[in-house]
Amino acid sequence: MKLVIENLTCAFGGFRAVDEVSFEAESGGLVGVIGPNGAGKSTLFSLITGFLAGQGGTVRLDGHDISALPPHERARAGMVRTFQVPKEFAHLTVRENLMAAAPNQSGENLVDLFLRPAAIRREESAIAARVDDTIAFLKLGAVADVPSGKLSGGQKKLLELGRVLMTRPKLILLDEPFAGVNPVLIEEISGHIRALNADGIGFIIIEHDLGALSRLAGALHVMDRGRLIASGAPGEVLKRANVREAYLGGAA
Amino acid sequence: MEAYLVAILIITAIYVLLSLGLTLQYGLTGLINFGHVGFFCIGAYAAAILSAYAGLPVIVGFLAAIVLAGLAAFPIGLIALRLRDDYFAIVTLGFSETVRIIVTSEKQLTNGVQGIPGIPRLVDGVGILSALAVLAVLLAANGAAIYAFRRIVASPFGRMIEAIRDNEEAVKALGKDPARFKIQVLVLGAALAGLSGAFYAHYIGYVSPDQFNPLVTFYVWMAIIMGGVGRISGAIVGTALLMLFLEGSRFLRDVMPFISAVDMASIRIGAVGLALVLFTLYRPQGLMGDFTRRR
Repeated sequence: MKLVIENLTCAFGGFRAVDEVSFEAESGGLVGVIGPNGAGKSTLFSLITGFLAGQGGTVRLDGHDISALPPHERARAGMVRTFQVPKEFAHLTVRENLMAAAPNQSGENLVDLFLRPAAIRREESAIAARVDDTIAFLKLGAVADVPSGKLSGGQKKLLELGRVLMTRPKLILLDEPFAGVNPVLIEEISGHIRALNADGIGFIIIEHDLGALSRLAGALHVMDRGRLIASGAPGEVLKRANVREAYLGGAA
Repeated sequence: MEAYLVAILIITAIYVLLSLGLTLQYGLTGLINFGHVGFFCIGAYAAAILSAYAGLPVIVGFLAAIVLAGLAAFPIGLIALRLRDDYFAIVTLGFSETVRIIVTSEKQLTNGVQGIPGIPRLVDGVGILSALAVLAVLLAANGAAIYAFRRIVASPFGRMIEAIRDNEEAVKALGKDPARFKIQVLVLGAALAGLSGAFYAHYIGYVSPDQFNPLVTFYVWMAIIMGGVGRISGAIVGTALLMLFLEGSRFLRDVMPFISAVDMASIRIGAVGLALVLFTLYRPQGLMGDFTRRR
């Protein structure tokens, strides 16, 4: 699957949070988006995934213009995001969070619920098996039956990744997967991302932890004040003078 | 005394149906419905008009009450579910007041402020046996509602509406449309309120617009807050507690005869208000406890 964004723009009043940003990403690729706080990275994610309606530009998936689709339909097309602040279903357990994320459940239909209970039980046990695999993959076994609101920040990030995986995505947009996560867990999450990427899932990752991100990403896009100021291989992009000035304040 | 007790139980059972509907809508799905009485009113008038005026069998009135109240929720859902929570609350409150004004003004159909008298009883006779029979029918209806409710809560549908309550944006991000679920929940809760209204009309035997003011909605809210939102047991226990306050305060005058009948009405509402404040302060999770451990 190939995502192409062209001239995406979003203004709040006179302030252009995202200003004519264009780039591409595809299944199997791993693209990083960096930039100082307030550069417009999360706003860009919301424009791509349909959570915000911008003032211009197009979002194309495999050539189809999806700019007018609501968020849930874009997700159903295989492009699924996480959030900077995890949005877990706090009163549901980790297992229930993951179960809820599975697509096309006939048990979510009230008529089927009362007329085809046996079929739904079969479907539930198939989903439960996938959930067990996901829990094992993310090593969340110890907290599987804990209400997710009680998890640590890092565990919530893992849970969000798990929920996204349950949807069988082709392209995953991660918003700061390492923020507030301890170094050991960062390595673990990086490992999961690498493994999934090797399986052909594409990633676009917003991250402040440049070290971890540049070890993962094949290409970096740098944003500053809503604009894309640089794109390229991590080692090369981070050396550029305008990037160092915008992002690192010239100090590093 | 026994007749009085049975009467209280009947009213309680009618209110439990309302509480179950709101528990589904608010406790499980997070929909702030401030217009519950509107659907109750539609059910009551549908049953009243079809049985007292049109002379149709009681069962037809009941079915119409359920269907019409449910149908009324559908357009409200389509319009209002695009709004944020607080606006949804205002729209539903406006809806219930609109319903009340319509039944007040549509004199040809509803007899206006005079209301509709002579609604046939569910079970003929005046003795305690007929009251017990009505109670039995109500308990059966409650049993059926609770059975369906439990099936829904334990299902993927139930899981999804709780996910919507906890975080609607995340539900969208996972490729599911919250509006589809919220409309169904709104219609289900409204249909339950319509059923409750039909029971009410046939039990009281008379409907008039002033029986359907917003206070009814807020009584139901008080019941589920005291009992514990999002739990079936909370809806039942909370409603029983509400009735205890509303009816129990009636006996206060036996102990304190200096309280006038007019004062009593205020004291009754004051007592419920005080209970609500104390609950929010000291037991915000309600009498039946945390809704995360409902199963």
